[in-house]
Amino acid sequence: MSFDWEFALQILPDLLEAFVRITLLVTVVGSLTAAVLGLVWAIGLRSLPAWVGRPLSFVLDFIRMTPLPIQLLFVYYTFNNLSALSVGIIVIGVHYSTYMAESYRAGIESIRKGQWEAATALSLPPHRTWRAVILPQALRATLPSLGNWAIAMFKDTPFLIVIAVPELVTEAKEIGGRTFSYVEPFTLAGLIFLVASYPTAVLMRKLENRLAY
Amino acid sequence: MIRFEDVVKKFGDTTVLEGLSFAVERGERVTLIGPSGSGKTTILRLLMTLEHLTDGFIYVDGDPLTHELRGGKRVERRPKDVTRIRRRIGMVFQQFNLFPNMTVIDNITEAPVHVLGQSREEARQRAHALLDQVGLKHRAGAHPMELSGGQQQRVAIARALAMDPEVLLLDEVTSALDPELVNDVLEVLREVARTTDITMLIVTHEMQFARDVSNRVLMFDHGHILEEAAPDVMFTSPEHERTRQFLQAIL
Repeated sequence: MSFDWEFALQILPDLLEAFVRITLLVTVVGSLTAAVLGLVWAIGLRSLPAWVGRPLSFVLDFIRMTPLPIQLLFVYYTFNNLSALSVGIIVIGVHYSTYMAESYRAGIESIRKGQWEAATALSLPPHRTWRAVILPQALRATLPSLGNWAIAMFKDTPFLIVIAVPELVTEAKEIGGRTFSYVEPFTLAGLIFLVASYPTAVLMRKLENRLAY
Repeated sequence: MIRFEDVVKKFGDTTVLEGLSFAVERGERVTLIGPSGSGKTTILRLLMTLEHLTDGFIYVDGDPLTHELRGGKRVERRPKDVTRIRRRIGMVFQQFNLFPNMTVIDNITEAPVHVLGQSREEARQRAHALLDQVGLKHRAGAHPMELSGGQQQRVAIARALAMDPEVLLLDEVTSALDPELVNDVLEVLREVARTTDITMLIVTHEMQFARDVSNRVLMFDHGHILEEAAPDVMFTSPEHERTRQFLQAIL
């Protein structure tokens, strides 16, 4: 097995294009979706009456406990009017929102009871209690772990191959199929993931240290 | 102003208050004393709606707070009504409970702006006046973490006063403070007592303070009022042996 450097250099632009146009897009939009939905779930679980909260909690557990590729295939073949890319973004966003909801929940639960009580004693309406008192404090504790979920999501984007979204690994596989050389494209794909996620992880750790009280 | 009627409070199987009735007149300052677990703090927390009332009624100026009789049945009031009545009550906590993510001035103006609908400018002016009153004019821009416990508690008092409460609940407000910081806080509260007619319910172990500000002292034991008297009488010649023992233990 030998590594053809010239071939590697030749396919690099295609791989990078797939990475930027699809993988990054899915990661960024997916993370934002997950961050917003996760917060909605976390607040919902705390504020909603049990007859809505219980079913919601069950659905979230269900999504978290089933594999992402199955969810991708299920949604892709159920809603065949949606493009593979939109299915990919929605499913990965919703999937990770269930994890992020857990992180938000932990952050919210770390707020001392006295903060809620002070808000009650001042008769703050619920939306002010959340916006002005609870969330600013809870997010400090939550942000680093949201970052870690975003990185995990990034590394899960290759699952989009099951619905043929032309992200980085799908592209690498295609190049392999075309040229019968698989080593170079997959090696490069792996390296691109490493180069992209390592600095992000370092950045998250820095952020974590800065947010600590 | 405040009336408890057959109030029952249970935490699980533990009954803290069993059929408690008493009333506090407008402008009156009442100190609640008694051994820990006797239900004093629970009374304040029920008034602030921080605990759920198991049975009975609490009236604020004749208006039922959390539960009312409707068609002969005891029912919970709508949250909107509870909020309207609760707005007349303020509370200062043992642990201060300032919002650490806000500056001192924002802690004080948050509720006046977002609950009473005051303009930001109006609320800030009032907050500065209150900070001056509690001796912290120069710390308006500080965060709670940068303040001593005594300073935090004085901010918390200013925060409660900014809502112009008719009733102020003081829940062991000096218990978490270092001894040398206690007097500044008590001095601020004495001043409030002197210059306003706010009704006060006070849970404290500072008997001199209780003596200075309160009109009446209620001695609690096992969720009942064991005896009540003017502070001079209560602290010098209590009726019950139990009270005598308690006072001896804390003085």
